[in-house]
Amino acid sequence: MANDEKNTVADEARRGWMGLLSRAPEARLMELWQAYGPQPGFDWLRRPEVGAVMVRGRMGGTGAPFNLGEMTVTRCSLALADGTVGHAYVQGRGKTKAEVAALIDALMQTPAAAALRVAVLDPLAEAMAEAKRDRAAKSAATKVDFFTMVRGED
Amino acid sequence: MYVAVKGGERAIENAHAWLAEERRGDTSVAELSVAQIREQLALGVNRVMAEGSLYDPDLAALAIKQARGDLIEAIFLIRAYRTTLPRFGATLPVETGKMACDRRISATFKDAPGGQVLGPTFDYTHRLLDFKLAAEGEVAEAPRAEPREEATPHITEFLQGEDIIQREPESEAVPGDLTRQPMSFPAGRDIRLQSLTRGDEGFILGMAYSTQRGYARNHAFVGELRIGTVAVELDVPELGFAIEIGEVELTECETVNQFKGSKTEPPQFTRGYGLVFGQTERKAIAMALVDRALRWRELGEDFLGAAAQDEEFVLSHSDNIQATGFLEHIKLPHYVDFQSELELVRKLRREAGEDEAREAAE
Repeated sequence: MANDEKNTVADEARRGWMGLLSRAPEARLMELWQAYGPQPGFDWLRRPEVGAVMVRGRMGGTGAPFNLGEMTVTRCSLALADGTVGHAYVQGRGKTKAEVAALIDALMQTPAAAALRVAVLDPLAEAMAEAKRDRAAKSAATKVDFFTMVRGED
Repeated sequence: MYVAVKGGERAIENAHAWLAEERRGDTSVAELSVAQIREQLALGVNRVMAEGSLYDPDLAALAIKQARGDLIEAIFLIRAYRTTLPRFGATLPVETGKMACDRRISATFKDAPGGQVLGPTFDYTHRLLDFKLAAEGEVAEAPRAEPREEATPHITEFLQGEDIIQREPESEAVPGDLTRQPMSFPAGRDIRLQSLTRGDEGFILGMAYSTQRGYARNHAFVGELRIGTVAVELDVPELGFAIEIGEVELTECETVNQFKGSKTEPPQFTRGYGLVFGQTERKAIAMALVDRALRWRELGEDFLGAAAQDEEFVLSHSDNIQATGFLEHIKLPHYVDFQSELELVRKLRREAGEDEAREAAE
């Protein structure tokens, strides 16, 4: 039971960084990765492969699913020298980005995690949150304030 | 009748070389980069992604460049590329209720929670040509305000609270996929929506407009229109759980239609639904209107003989790649077909001439 809970927490954390990596702008990710330094050796389990996934929506936003259209995705899997496996599924056709994402996924399961989080994941998350906040701020500035005109005679 | 003909290779090669030169245009004018198209002709890129049925802004921009701005040709290129990609699976349905909205308006509820947010819209512009754009210049920064942190609720939720709008039945049924199985009629709403979202904007617009003008009357209000980004999640078998694999920009439109009730349904508001890749507002509204018109059977309405109610008519003619393929093939060599037609007409003429001569002789 305790073990299951531990797994769920670990899965949740992994879900978090994998999602972050898949959405990360490639240029920024590469910059931070280069700056992080040590490039570990690895073996490919599955070389980067470009494909598509079918994106689904729901009727009326909440009802039964329907197929909306596809989206390009690149995936790969690799193993570090110590056998730790890393996977990546990233949006678009960036094979290098997928490779780096899979490497980080593997390293996040090793003692390198803390350093990697500080050097790569946190700055990425911050930059992406800031970009999102800025867009929301521009959107908020276009919110309509209604006022009622006085009508008729007093 | 098709007969293999040889010849024309050099003419074809030279035509394509000239096409490349014409595509580039005057070389004293700077060449367009794919990134420029992606960033500055974004709505064209969005249309190509929606109708090409593949979300990838860089590819759509490349296709527009290659097609010299002919969007249907660009959509054709994307559809052709799409068929070369292995499919890794299907995502969880996107949650538009959690959309990070750039724009969100309602024509029915002025004071909806979350408010009326205009976003980067052409609405309320004067539609006068702006000659300042003909000159290069800096763009002023858009103003900012305190951003909304929480998700913006769907407007139909409020009507649902009162139970006066038709509910969307909850379901996790695996939807049909018209890229995998040939279409058959009657089609389910899943197939209709897939077909409409990738259908030609002009065709869907024309069909929607016909419903407004009284063919298959259903007076629609835009209950809500929202544009923004949603996360896309995929169940990854090697992990055993779902992860976000990216995000897509979507336009969603829900129409609210008055409905007096039918043999099977009580009086209530009914809904039409549009969901399209990218900032594609005209298309999403049109899709919702046509979706509503096509729902006559499930709502127990009468078929009024309108084209927009006829799903076989709508779905069979909405795909611009199928349409243009069939339309344009008639310009390709049909020499042998035509030769036989020519023979036939000559023969008929000859026989008619003989008849006349005989009559004259008599």
